[in-house]
Amino acid sequence: MTRSLNATAYIALWLLLIASATIAVTFGPADITPTEVWTTILHHLGLVPESPVSRLRDAIVWDLRMPRVIAAMGVGAGLALAGAVMQALTRNPLADPYLLGLSSGAALGAVTLVVMGFALLVPVGAFVGSLAALGLALLIAQLLGGATPVRAILAGISISALASAMTSFIIFWSATGDSYREILSWLMGSLSGSGWVDAGLVAASLLVCAPVMLISARGLDAFAFGEKSAASLGVDVGRLRWTLLGASALLTGVMVAIGGAIGFVGLVVPHAVRLAVGSRHGKLLPLSMLVGAIFMLWADTMARTLFDPRELPVGIVTALVGAPAFLLILMRFRRVT
Amino acid sequence: MEGLKVADITIRRGGRSIVDGAQFSAPAGKVTGLVGPNGAGKSTLISAIVGIERPEAGALTFEGADLVAMGRRERAGICAYVEQSASTEERLSVADVVALGRIPHVLAWLSGLGSDDEAVVAGALERVGMSGFATRQFNTLSGGEQQRVHIARALAQQPKLLVLDEPTSHLDIRAQLQVLHLLGDLAGAGGTVLLALHDLNLALRFCDWLVVLDAGQVVAEGRPPEVLREDLLARVYGVHARLIEGPSGPVIAYEGTV
Repeated sequence: MTRSLNATAYIALWLLLIASATIAVTFGPADITPTEVWTTILHHLGLVPESPVSRLRDAIVWDLRMPRVIAAMGVGAGLALAGAVMQALTRNPLADPYLLGLSSGAALGAVTLVVMGFALLVPVGAFVGSLAALGLALLIAQLLGGATPVRAILAGISISALASAMTSFIIFWSATGDSYREILSWLMGSLSGSGWVDAGLVAASLLVCAPVMLISARGLDAFAFGEKSAASLGVDVGRLRWTLLGASALLTGVMVAIGGAIGFVGLVVPHAVRLAVGSRHGKLLPLSMLVGAIFMLWADTMARTLFDPRELPVGIVTALVGAPAFLLILMRFRRVT
Repeated sequence: MEGLKVADITIRRGGRSIVDGAQFSAPAGKVTGLVGPNGAGKSTLISAIVGIERPEAGALTFEGADLVAMGRRERAGICAYVEQSASTEERLSVADVVALGRIPHVLAWLSGLGSDDEAVVAGALERVGMSGFATRQFNTLSGGEQQRVHIARALAQQPKLLVLDEPTSHLDIRAQLQVLHLLGDLAGAGGTVLLALHDLNLALRFCDWLVVLDAGQVVAEGRPPEVLREDLLARVYGVHARLIEGPSGPVIAYEGTV
Protein backbone atom coordinates (compact mmCIF):
# COMPACT_ATOMS: atom_id res chain seq x y z
CA MET A 1 0.00 0.00 0.00
CA THR A 2 2.74 2.46 0.92
CA ARG A 3 4.46 1.70 -2.35
CA SER A 4 1.44 2.66 -4.47
CA LEU A 5 1.02 5.72 -2.25
CA ASN A 6 4.62 6.67 -3.06
CA ALA A 7 4.00 6.27 -6.77
CA THR A 8 0.89 8.43 -6.50
CA ALA A 9 2.83 11.15 -4.69
CA TYR A 10 5.55 11.15 -7.37
CA ILE A 11 3.04 11.30 -10.21
CA ALA A 12 1.08 14.05 -8.48
CA LEU A 13 4.23 16.13 -7.94
CA TRP A 14 5.37 15.65 -11.54
CA LEU A 15 1.95 16.71 -12.82
CA LEU A 16 2.01 19.70 -10.49
CA LEU A 17 5.47 20.61 -11.78
CA ILE A 18 4.43 20.43 -15.43
CA ALA A 19 1.19 22.31 -14.79
CA SER A 20 3.06 24.94 -12.76
CA ALA A 21 5.62 25.39 -15.51
CA THR A 22 2.91 25.82 -18.13
CA ILE A 23 1.00 28.33 -16.04
CA ALA A 24 4.18 30.18 -15.09
CA VAL A 25 4.97 30.74 -18.76
CA THR A 26 1.53 32.31 -19.32
CA PHE A 27 2.04 34.73 -16.41
CA GLY A 28 2.92 38.30 -17.32
CA PRO A 29 1.95 40.79 -19.99
CA ALA A 30 0.70 39.57 -23.42
CA ASP A 31 -2.00 37.21 -22.09
CA ILE A 32 -0.52 34.03 -23.45
CA THR A 33 -2.70 30.93 -23.09
CA PRO A 34 -1.55 27.42 -22.01
CA THR A 35 -2.48 26.14 -25.48
CA GLU A 36 -0.16 28.68 -27.06
CA VAL A 37 2.59 27.59 -24.67
CA TRP A 38 2.36 23.95 -25.65
CA THR A 39 1.88 24.70 -29.35
CA THR A 40 5.07 26.75 -29.25
CA ILE A 41 6.99 24.06 -27.39
CA LEU A 42 5.83 21.33 -29.78
CA HIS A 43 6.59 23.60 -32.73
CA HIS A 44 10.17 24.11 -31.59
CA LEU A 45 10.53 20.40 -30.97
CA GLY A 46 9.51 19.90 -34.62
CA LEU A 47 6.27 18.12 -33.77
CA VAL A 48 3.98 20.90 -35.03
CA PRO A 49 5.34 22.12 -38.38
CA GLU A 50 3.09 25.20 -38.82
CA SER A 51 2.52 27.15 -35.61
CA PRO A 52 -0.50 29.45 -35.49
CA VAL A 53 1.23 31.47 -32.76
CA SER A 54 2.55 34.85 -33.94
CA ARG A 55 6.31 35.45 -34.17
CA LEU A 56 6.27 37.89 -31.28
CA ARG A 57 4.29 35.65 -28.96
CA ASP A 58 6.42 32.68 -29.99
CA ALA A 59 9.52 34.65 -29.00
CA ILE A 60 8.01 35.64 -25.66
CA VAL A 61 7.28 32.02 -24.85
CA TRP A 62 10.35 30.35 -26.31
CA ASP A 63 13.14 32.89 -25.91
CA LEU A 64 12.04 34.87 -22.89
CA ARG A 65 9.99 32.79 -20.51
CA MET A 66 10.79 29.14 -21.18
CA PRO A 67 14.53 29.30 -20.41
CA ARG A 68 13.83 31.26 -17.26
CA VAL A 69 11.21 28.78 -16.09
CA ILE A 70 13.57 25.88 -16.78
CA ALA A 71 16.44 27.65 -15.01
CA ALA A 72 14.20 28.32 -12.00
CA MET A 73 13.12 24.69 -11.76
CA GLY A 74 16.68 23.47 -12.16
CA VAL A 75 18.10 25.87 -9.58
CA GLY A 76 15.36 24.94 -7.10
CA ALA A 77 15.91 21.22 -7.63
CA GLY A 78 19.70 21.57 -7.42
CA LEU A 79 19.76 23.70 -4.26
CA ALA A 80 17.24 21.45 -2.48
CA LEU A 81 19.23 18.35 -3.45
CA ALA A 82 22.58 19.83 -2.41
CA GLY A 83 21.04 20.99 0.87
CA ALA A 84 19.64 17.56 1.68
CA VAL A 85 23.01 15.95 0.94
CA MET A 86 24.97 18.49 3.02
CA GLN A 87 22.62 18.04 5.97
CA ALA A 88 23.08 14.28 5.88
CA LEU A 89 26.86 14.40 5.36
CA THR A 90 27.53 16.81 8.21
CA ARG A 91 24.69 15.47 10.40
CA ASN A 92 23.85 19.13 10.89
CA PRO A 93 20.24 20.23 10.43
CA LEU A 94 21.39 23.83 9.89
CA ALA A 95 23.59 22.88 6.96
CA ASP A 96 22.72 24.32 3.56
CA PRO A 97 24.43 24.18 0.17
CA TYR A 98 26.46 27.28 1.01
CA LEU A 99 27.83 25.84 4.26
CA LEU A 100 31.50 25.73 3.32
CA GLY A 101 31.80 29.32 2.18
CA LEU A 102 30.42 28.74 -1.30
CA SER A 103 28.00 31.68 -1.40
CA SER A 104 30.39 34.22 0.11
CA GLY A 105 33.14 33.13 -2.25
CA ALA A 106 30.74 33.41 -5.17
CA ALA A 107 29.64 36.87 -4.02
CA LEU A 108 33.23 38.07 -3.81
CA GLY A 109 33.97 36.75 -7.29
CA ALA A 110 30.82 38.27 -8.75
CA VAL A 111 31.15 41.65 -7.06
CA THR A 112 34.80 41.98 -8.04
CA LEU A 113 33.87 41.52 -11.69
CA VAL A 114 30.91 43.92 -11.49
CA VAL A 115 32.95 46.80 -10.10
CA MET A 116 35.71 46.09 -12.60
CA GLY A 117 33.08 46.57 -15.30
CA PHE A 118 32.85 42.99 -16.52
CA ALA A 119 29.17 42.49 -15.61
CA LEU A 120 28.75 39.88 -18.34
CA LEU A 121 31.35 37.63 -16.74
CA VAL A 122 29.60 37.57 -13.36
CA PRO A 123 28.59 33.89 -13.59
CA VAL A 124 32.20 32.91 -14.26
CA GLY A 125 33.42 35.02 -11.34
CA ALA A 126 30.79 33.52 -9.06
CA PHE A 127 31.63 29.96 -10.07
CA VAL A 128 35.37 30.44 -9.64
CA GLY A 129 34.83 32.32 -6.36
CA SER A 130 32.63 29.63 -4.86
CA LEU A 131 34.97 26.77 -5.69
CA ALA A 132 37.99 28.80 -4.56
CA ALA A 133 36.34 29.43 -1.19
CA LEU A 134 35.50 25.75 -0.81
CA GLY A 135 39.01 24.69 -1.81
CA LEU A 136 40.53 27.13 0.64
CA ALA A 137 38.25 25.94 3.45
CA LEU A 138 39.19 22.31 2.82
CA LEU A 139 42.87 23.17 2.53
CA ILE A 140 42.80 24.94 5.89
CA ALA A 141 40.93 22.01 7.44
CA GLN A 142 43.59 19.68 6.06
CA LEU A 143 46.39 21.85 7.47
CA LEU A 144 44.65 21.82 10.86
CA GLY A 145 45.25 18.09 10.92
CA GLY A 146 42.85 16.29 8.59
CA ALA A 147 39.64 17.48 7.02
CA THR A 148 36.96 16.22 9.38
CA PRO A 149 33.43 17.63 8.92
CA VAL A 150 33.70 19.83 12.01
CA ARG A 151 37.05 21.31 10.94
CA ALA A 152 35.75 21.84 7.42
CA ILE A 153 32.68 23.69 8.72
CA LEU A 154 34.75 25.88 11.04
CA ALA A 155 37.24 26.67 8.27
CA GLY A 156 34.29 27.38 5.97
CA ILE A 157 32.85 29.85 8.46
CA SER A 158 36.10 31.77 8.69
CA ILE A 159 36.60 31.85 4.91
CA SER A 160 32.99 32.92 4.57
CA ALA A 161 33.41 35.80 7.02
CA LEU A 162 36.59 36.90 5.29
CA ALA A 163 35.03 36.84 1.83
CA SER A 164 31.94 38.71 3.09
CA ALA A 165 34.11 41.39 4.63
CA MET A 166 36.04 41.81 1.39
CA THR A 167 32.78 41.96 -0.58
CA SER A 168 31.38 44.62 1.75
CA PHE A 169 34.62 46.56 1.47
CA ILE A 170 34.53 46.53 -2.32
CA ILE A 171 30.89 47.59 -2.40
CA PHE A 172 31.46 50.33 0.17
CA TRP A 173 34.57 51.64 -1.55
CA SER A 174 33.76 51.53 -5.20
CA ALA A 175 30.18 50.68 -6.05
CA THR A 176 28.04 53.45 -7.46
CA GLY A 177 24.49 53.74 -8.80
CA ASP A 178 23.96 51.05 -11.41
CA SER A 179 26.64 48.66 -10.30
CA TYR A 180 25.34 48.93 -6.73
CA ARG A 181 21.85 47.91 -7.81
CA GLU A 182 23.27 45.12 -9.93
CA ILE A 183 25.34 43.82 -7.03
CA LEU A 184 22.47 44.02 -4.58
CA SER A 185 20.14 42.14 -6.90
CA TRP A 186 22.78 39.47 -7.42
CA LEU A 187 23.47 39.14 -3.69
CA MET A 188 19.79 38.59 -3.00
CA GLY A 189 19.51 36.09 -5.82
CA SER A 190 17.82 36.68 -9.13
CA LEU A 191 17.06 34.70 -12.25
CA SER A 192 16.27 37.82 -14.24
CA GLY A 193 17.56 37.60 -17.78
CA SER A 194 18.21 33.85 -17.75
CA GLY A 195 18.50 32.56 -21.30
CA TRP A 196 18.91 29.17 -22.88
CA VAL A 197 22.62 29.07 -22.05
CA ASP A 198 21.81 29.49 -18.36
CA ALA A 199 19.02 26.92 -18.49
CA GLY A 200 21.35 24.52 -20.30
CA LEU A 201 24.14 24.95 -17.73
CA VAL A 202 21.74 24.35 -14.87
CA ALA A 203 20.32 21.26 -16.56
CA ALA A 204 23.76 19.91 -17.43
CA SER A 205 25.09 20.32 -13.89
CA LEU A 206 22.02 18.50 -12.58
CA LEU A 207 22.47 15.71 -15.11
CA VAL A 208 26.07 15.24 -13.99
CA CYS A 209 25.71 15.67 -10.21
CA ALA A 210 22.24 14.42 -9.33
CA PRO A 211 22.79 10.78 -10.38
CA VAL A 212 25.95 10.61 -8.25
CA MET A 213 23.95 11.78 -5.26
CA LEU A 214 20.87 9.68 -5.93
CA ILE A 215 22.79 6.41 -6.19
CA SER A 216 24.45 7.23 -2.86
CA ALA A 217 21.11 7.36 -1.07
CA ARG A 218 21.71 4.17 0.92
CA GLY A 219 25.18 5.33 1.84
CA LEU A 220 23.73 8.57 3.22
CA ASP A 221 21.18 6.55 5.19
CA ALA A 222 24.10 4.77 6.84
CA PHE A 223 25.28 8.14 8.25
CA ALA A 224 22.13 8.42 10.41
CA PHE A 225 24.01 7.22 13.48
CA GLY A 226 27.35 8.76 12.60
CA GLU A 227 30.49 7.81 10.78
CA LYS A 228 31.50 4.87 12.93
CA SER A 229 28.19 3.22 12.44
CA ALA A 230 28.36 3.91 8.69
CA ALA A 231 31.85 2.42 8.52
CA SER A 232 30.72 -0.68 10.39
CA LEU A 233 27.99 -1.13 7.77
CA GLY A 234 30.67 -1.46 5.10
CA VAL A 235 30.40 2.09 3.75
CA ASP A 236 33.66 3.67 2.57
CA VAL A 237 33.04 6.79 4.63
CA GLY A 238 35.94 8.86 3.30
CA ARG A 239 35.27 8.17 -0.35
CA LEU A 240 31.52 8.71 -0.07
CA ARG A 241 31.99 11.98 1.81
CA TRP A 242 34.45 13.51 -0.65
CA THR A 243 32.53 12.33 -3.70
CA LEU A 244 29.28 13.83 -2.45
CA LEU A 245 30.93 16.99 -1.19
CA GLY A 246 32.52 17.46 -4.61
CA ALA A 247 29.21 16.86 -6.39
CA SER A 248 27.29 19.29 -4.14
CA ALA A 249 29.99 21.94 -4.49
CA LEU A 250 29.96 21.70 -8.27
CA LEU A 251 26.17 21.78 -8.36
CA THR A 252 25.95 24.71 -5.94
CA GLY A 253 28.72 26.54 -7.78
CA VAL A 254 26.72 26.44 -11.01
CA MET A 255 23.46 27.38 -9.27
CA VAL A 256 25.10 30.35 -7.56
CA ALA A 257 26.67 31.44 -10.83
CA ILE A 258 23.31 31.43 -12.62
CA GLY A 259 20.95 32.62 -9.89
CA GLY A 260 23.07 34.33 -7.28
CA ALA A 261 22.97 33.42 -3.61
CA ILE A 262 19.32 32.37 -3.37
CA GLY A 263 18.79 31.52 0.26
CA PHE A 264 16.30 29.36 2.08
CA VAL A 265 15.52 26.76 -0.61
CA GLY A 266 18.44 24.48 0.17
CA LEU A 267 17.88 24.74 3.92
CA VAL A 268 14.13 24.47 4.21
CA VAL A 269 12.87 22.31 1.36
CA PRO A 270 14.73 19.19 2.57
CA HIS A 271 13.40 19.72 6.10
CA ALA A 272 9.83 20.09 4.88
CA VAL A 273 10.12 16.92 2.79
CA ARG A 274 11.75 15.07 5.68
CA LEU A 275 8.86 16.00 7.96
CA ALA A 276 6.42 14.60 5.44
CA VAL A 277 8.14 11.38 4.33
CA GLY A 278 10.95 10.73 6.83
CA SER A 279 14.69 10.63 6.38
CA ARG A 280 15.26 7.73 4.01
CA HIS A 281 17.33 9.31 1.29
CA GLY A 282 15.96 7.09 -1.45
CA LYS A 283 12.75 9.08 -1.03
CA LEU A 284 14.08 12.30 0.45
CA LEU A 285 16.48 13.20 -2.37
CA PRO A 286 14.16 12.84 -5.41
CA LEU A 287 11.21 14.38 -3.56
CA SER A 288 13.35 17.32 -2.40
CA MET A 289 14.32 17.94 -6.02
CA LEU A 290 10.69 17.95 -7.14
CA VAL A 291 9.47 20.14 -4.30
CA GLY A 292 12.47 22.47 -4.69
CA ALA A 293 11.73 22.84 -8.40
CA ILE A 294 8.04 23.64 -7.84
CA PHE A 295 8.80 26.03 -4.97
CA MET A 296 11.46 27.91 -6.89
CA LEU A 297 9.33 28.10 -10.02
CA TRP A 298 6.52 29.83 -8.16
CA ALA A 299 8.89 32.03 -6.17
CA ASP A 300 10.51 33.24 -9.39
CA THR A 301 7.18 33.74 -11.11
CA MET A 302 6.04 35.88 -8.20
CA ALA A 303 9.32 37.79 -8.22
CA ARG A 304 8.83 38.49 -11.91
CA THR A 305 5.12 39.43 -11.94
CA LEU A 306 4.08 40.68 -8.49
CA PHE A 307 5.24 44.26 -9.00
CA ASP A 308 5.39 44.19 -12.77
CA PRO A 309 7.17 45.94 -14.47
CA ARG A 310 9.61 46.04 -11.53
CA GLU A 311 11.22 42.76 -10.52
CA LEU A 312 11.99 41.60 -7.02
CA PRO A 313 15.13 39.59 -6.35
CA VAL A 314 13.82 36.03 -6.01
CA GLY A 315 15.76 35.50 -2.77
CA ILE A 316 13.38 37.95 -1.09
CA VAL A 317 10.40 35.91 -2.25
CA THR A 318 11.86 32.55 -1.22
CA ALA A 319 12.36 33.88 2.30
CA LEU A 320 9.08 35.85 2.48
CA VAL A 321 7.00 32.89 1.31
CA GLY A 322 9.19 30.07 2.53
CA ALA A 323 9.64 31.13 6.15
CA PRO A 324 5.93 31.31 7.04
CA ALA A 325 5.22 28.17 4.99
CA PHE A 326 7.90 26.32 6.89
CA LEU A 327 6.50 27.52 10.23
CA LEU A 328 3.08 26.23 9.19
CA ILE A 329 4.57 22.85 8.33
CA LEU A 330 6.39 22.74 11.66
CA MET A 331 3.13 23.44 13.50
CA ARG A 332 1.26 20.87 11.48
CA PHE A 333 3.85 18.25 12.46
CA ARG A 334 4.55 19.55 15.96
CA ARG A 335 3.65 16.26 17.56
CA VAL A 336 6.30 14.36 15.67
CA THR A 337 9.23 16.78 15.79
CA MET B 1 34.41 -23.40 18.51
CA GLU B 2 36.88 -21.28 16.59
CA GLY B 3 35.23 -17.85 16.74
CA LEU B 4 37.27 -14.65 16.75
CA LYS B 5 41.03 -14.70 17.20
CA VAL B 6 42.92 -11.52 18.02
CA ALA B 7 46.67 -11.94 17.63
CA ASP B 8 49.28 -9.34 18.62
CA ILE B 9 47.12 -6.37 17.69
CA THR B 10 48.83 -3.02 18.14
CA ILE B 11 47.09 0.30 17.52
CA ARG B 12 48.96 3.60 17.79
CA ARG B 13 47.55 7.11 17.76
CA GLY B 14 49.83 10.12 17.67
CA GLY B 15 52.87 7.95 18.40
CA ARG B 16 51.34 6.47 21.55
CA SER B 17 50.20 2.86 21.61
CA ILE B 18 46.59 2.60 22.74
CA VAL B 19 46.52 -1.16 22.26
CA ASP B 20 49.81 -2.98 22.63
CA GLY B 21 50.13 -6.54 21.34
CA ALA B 22 46.66 -7.62 22.43
CA GLN B 23 46.02 -11.32 22.07
CA PHE B 24 42.86 -13.25 22.96
CA SER B 25 40.03 -15.22 21.48
CA ALA B 26 36.24 -14.99 21.60
CA PRO B 27 34.87 -18.50 21.15
CA ALA B 28 31.90 -19.23 18.90
CA GLY B 29 28.59 -19.78 20.66
CA LYS B 30 29.74 -17.85 23.72
CA VAL B 31 29.34 -14.37 25.16
CA THR B 32 32.82 -12.94 25.66
CA GLY B 33 33.21 -9.88 27.84
CA LEU B 34 35.97 -7.33 27.38
CA VAL B 35 36.53 -5.48 30.65
CA GLY B 36 39.08 -3.02 31.95
CA PRO B 37 39.30 0.43 33.51
CA ASN B 38 38.54 3.62 31.57
CA GLY B 39 41.26 4.31 29.02
CA ALA B 40 42.40 0.70 28.89
CA GLY B 41 41.84 0.68 25.12
CA LYS B 42 38.61 -1.35 24.94
CA SER B 43 36.81 0.94 22.49
CA THR B 44 39.88 1.31 20.28
CA LEU B 45 40.38 -2.43 20.17
CA ILE B 46 36.72 -2.89 19.27
CA SER B 47 37.01 -0.25 16.53
CA ALA B 48 39.79 -2.30 15.00
CA ILE B 49 37.82 -5.55 15.24
CA VAL B 50 34.81 -4.07 13.42
CA GLY B 51 36.96 -2.36 10.79
CA ILE B 52 36.56 1.30 11.75
CA GLU B 53 40.24 1.54 12.59
CA ARG B 54 43.20 -0.24 11.00
CA PRO B 55 45.58 -1.95 13.37
CA GLU B 56 49.23 -1.12 12.90
CA ALA B 57 50.30 -4.69 13.47
CA GLY B 58 48.78 -8.05 14.24
CA ALA B 59 46.09 -10.31 12.85
CA LEU B 60 42.33 -10.58 13.25
CA THR B 61 40.74 -13.77 12.07
CA PHE B 62 37.20 -15.05 12.29
CA GLU B 63 36.75 -18.76 11.69
CA GLY B 64 40.03 -18.73 9.83
CA ALA B 65 39.13 -15.78 7.56
CA ASP B 66 41.40 -12.73 7.69
CA LEU B 67 39.18 -9.80 8.75
CA VAL B 68 41.81 -7.12 8.07
CA ALA B 69 42.38 -8.14 4.45
CA MET B 70 38.66 -8.48 3.77
CA GLY B 71 36.66 -5.89 1.77
CA ARG B 72 34.47 -3.51 3.77
CA ARG B 73 31.20 -4.99 2.67
CA GLU B 74 32.19 -8.59 3.03
CA ARG B 75 33.38 -7.81 6.52
CA ALA B 76 30.15 -5.97 7.37
CA GLY B 77 28.29 -9.09 6.23
CA ILE B 78 30.16 -11.15 8.83
CA CYS B 79 30.64 -8.74 11.68
CA ALA B 80 28.07 -6.28 13.08
CA TYR B 81 28.72 -3.50 15.57
CA VAL B 82 26.51 -1.86 18.20
CA GLU B 83 27.62 1.37 19.87
CA GLN B 84 27.13 2.56 23.43
CA SER B 85 24.08 4.68 22.67
CA ALA B 86 23.80 5.92 19.12
CA SER B 87 21.22 8.61 18.57
CA THR B 88 20.09 10.43 15.46
CA GLU B 89 18.36 13.65 14.47
CA GLU B 90 16.93 11.94 11.43
CA ARG B 91 13.28 11.03 11.20
CA LEU B 92 13.44 7.27 10.91
CA SER B 93 10.97 4.59 11.89
CA VAL B 94 12.16 1.56 13.85
CA ALA B 95 11.86 -0.54 10.68
CA ASP B 96 13.96 2.06 8.77
CA VAL B 97 16.70 1.80 11.38
CA VAL B 98 16.73 -1.99 11.32
CA ALA B 99 16.77 -1.90 7.51
CA LEU B 100 20.13 -0.08 7.70
CA GLY B 101 21.53 -3.50 8.57
CA ARG B 102 20.74 -4.64 5.02
CA ILE B 103 23.14 -2.08 3.52
CA PRO B 104 26.08 -4.49 3.23
CA HIS B 105 23.83 -6.97 1.44
CA VAL B 106 22.07 -4.78 -1.14
CA LEU B 107 23.59 -3.11 -4.15
CA ALA B 108 24.32 0.56 -3.54
CA TRP B 109 22.35 1.86 -6.48
CA LEU B 110 19.18 0.08 -5.44
CA SER B 111 17.59 2.22 -2.78
CA GLY B 112 14.60 -0.04 -2.17
CA LEU B 113 14.43 -3.21 -0.13
CA GLY B 114 13.46 -6.55 -1.57
CA SER B 115 10.83 -8.73 0.09
CA ASP B 116 13.67 -10.95 1.37
CA ASP B 117 15.20 -7.96 3.10
CA GLU B 118 11.86 -7.03 4.61
CA ALA B 119 11.51 -10.54 5.97
CA VAL B 120 15.00 -10.32 7.52
CA VAL B 121 14.09 -6.97 9.11
CA ALA B 122 10.85 -8.38 10.53
CA GLY B 123 12.66 -11.46 11.82
CA ALA B 124 15.34 -9.34 13.50
CA LEU B 125 12.71 -7.22 15.25
CA GLU B 126 10.98 -10.34 16.45
CA ARG B 127 14.18 -11.78 17.90
CA VAL B 128 14.66 -8.71 20.08
CA GLY B 129 10.98 -8.63 21.03
CA MET B 130 10.24 -5.35 19.26
CA SER B 131 7.88 -6.47 16.50
CA GLY B 132 5.09 -4.20 17.72
CA PHE B 133 7.34 -1.15 17.36
CA ALA B 134 8.16 -1.36 13.64
CA THR B 135 6.28 1.77 12.59
CA ARG B 136 7.17 3.86 15.66
CA GLN B 137 9.60 6.77 15.29
CA PHE B 138 13.01 5.68 16.60
CA ASN B 139 13.45 8.94 18.54
CA THR B 140 10.35 8.34 20.63
CA LEU B 141 11.65 5.08 22.15
CA SER B 142 13.27 4.68 25.56
CA GLY B 143 17.01 4.04 25.81
CA GLY B 144 16.52 0.33 26.38
CA GLU B 145 14.14 0.01 23.45
CA GLN B 146 16.54 1.96 21.21
CA GLN B 147 19.37 -0.35 22.17
CA ARG B 148 17.27 -3.40 21.33
CA VAL B 149 16.48 -1.81 17.95
CA HIS B 150 20.21 -1.30 17.40
CA ILE B 151 20.78 -4.96 18.16
CA ALA B 152 17.99 -5.84 15.70
CA ARG B 153 19.74 -3.63 13.12
CA ALA B 154 22.94 -5.57 13.79
CA LEU B 155 21.06 -8.86 13.46
CA ALA B 156 19.62 -7.72 10.12
CA GLN B 157 23.22 -7.74 8.90
CA GLN B 158 23.00 -11.51 9.52
CA PRO B 159 26.41 -11.47 11.19
CA LYS B 160 28.29 -14.38 12.62
CA LEU B 161 30.15 -12.07 14.96
CA LEU B 162 28.35 -9.43 17.00
CA VAL B 163 30.55 -6.80 18.65
CA LEU B 164 29.08 -4.34 21.14
CA ASP B 165 30.77 -1.39 22.85
CA GLU B 166 29.26 -0.99 26.33
CA PRO B 167 25.73 -1.58 25.08
CA THR B 168 24.22 -1.34 28.55
CA SER B 169 25.95 1.77 29.91
CA HIS B 170 23.03 4.17 29.67
CA LEU B 171 20.24 1.73 30.49
CA ASP B 172 18.28 1.09 33.65
CA ILE B 173 18.88 -2.26 35.30
CA ARG B 174 15.86 -3.99 33.79
CA ALA B 175 16.85 -2.90 30.29
CA GLN B 176 20.44 -4.00 31.00
CA LEU B 177 19.27 -7.48 31.98
CA GLN B 178 17.02 -7.68 28.92
CA VAL B 179 19.90 -6.79 26.59
CA LEU B 180 22.28 -9.24 28.26
CA HIS B 181 19.72 -12.07 28.20
CA LEU B 182 19.19 -11.35 24.53
CA LEU B 183 22.92 -11.57 23.85
CA GLY B 184 23.03 -14.87 25.73
CA ASP B 185 20.25 -16.21 23.51
CA LEU B 186 22.09 -15.09 20.38
CA ALA B 187 25.26 -16.85 21.50
CA GLY B 188 23.19 -19.91 22.39
CA ALA B 189 21.99 -19.97 18.80
CA GLY B 190 25.60 -20.29 17.63
CA GLY B 191 26.64 -16.65 17.23
CA THR B 192 29.89 -15.22 18.54
CA VAL B 193 29.27 -12.25 20.84
CA LEU B 194 31.98 -9.90 22.08
CA LEU B 195 31.05 -6.98 24.27
CA ALA B 196 32.89 -4.34 26.22
CA LEU B 197 31.37 -4.02 29.67
CA HIS B 198 31.87 -1.90 32.78
CA ASP B 199 29.77 -3.68 35.36
CA LEU B 200 31.88 -6.57 36.64
CA ASN B 201 28.98 -8.25 38.44
CA LEU B 202 27.03 -8.35 35.19
CA ALA B 203 30.15 -9.69 33.49
CA LEU B 204 30.35 -12.46 36.10
CA ARG B 205 26.72 -13.30 35.64
CA PHE B 206 26.30 -13.11 31.86
CA CYS B 207 29.67 -13.71 30.20
CA ASP B 208 30.95 -17.17 29.38
CA TRP B 209 34.45 -15.93 28.74
CA LEU B 210 36.24 -12.84 29.96
CA VAL B 211 39.18 -10.78 28.69
CA VAL B 212 40.76 -8.12 30.92
CA LEU B 213 42.48 -5.21 29.22
CA ASP B 214 44.75 -2.85 31.16
CA ALA B 215 46.81 -0.05 29.62
CA GLY B 216 46.41 -1.55 26.17
CA GLN B 217 47.49 -5.04 27.15
CA VAL B 218 45.54 -8.21 27.83
CA VAL B 219 46.36 -9.11 31.43
CA ALA B 220 43.97 -12.03 31.94
CA GLU B 221 41.68 -14.26 29.93
CA GLY B 222 39.45 -17.13 31.01
CA ARG B 223 36.21 -18.08 32.72
CA PRO B 224 34.86 -15.07 34.63
CA PRO B 225 35.07 -16.38 38.23
CA GLU B 226 38.63 -17.53 37.59
CA VAL B 227 39.64 -14.21 36.03
CA LEU B 228 38.06 -11.71 38.41
CA ARG B 229 40.19 -12.57 41.44
CA GLU B 230 40.65 -10.19 44.31
CA ASP B 231 44.32 -9.59 43.50
CA LEU B 232 43.48 -8.75 39.86
CA LEU B 233 40.79 -6.27 40.93
CA ALA B 234 43.32 -4.57 43.20
CA ARG B 235 46.04 -4.51 40.56
CA VAL B 236 43.97 -3.50 37.52
CA TYR B 237 41.14 -1.45 39.01
CA GLY B 238 42.77 -0.28 42.23
CA VAL B 239 39.91 -1.46 44.42
CA HIS B 240 39.60 -3.71 47.43
CA ALA B 241 36.85 -6.24 46.73
CA ARG B 242 35.78 -9.62 47.89
CA LEU B 243 34.30 -12.42 45.80
CA ILE B 244 31.37 -13.84 47.77
CA GLU B 245 28.99 -16.62 46.89
CA GLY B 246 25.55 -15.26 46.00
CA PRO B 247 22.33 -17.17 45.42
CA SER B 248 23.07 -17.51 41.70
CA GLY B 249 26.85 -17.66 41.52
CA PRO B 250 29.71 -15.48 42.77
CA VAL B 251 29.25 -11.74 43.37
CA ILE B 252 31.85 -9.02 43.83
CA ALA B 253 31.42 -6.94 46.96
CA TYR B 254 33.46 -3.74 46.77
CA GLU B 255 35.10 -2.49 49.93
CA GLY B 256 37.02 0.59 48.90
CA THR B 257 39.85 1.92 46.79
CA VAL B 258 43.43 0.79 47.18
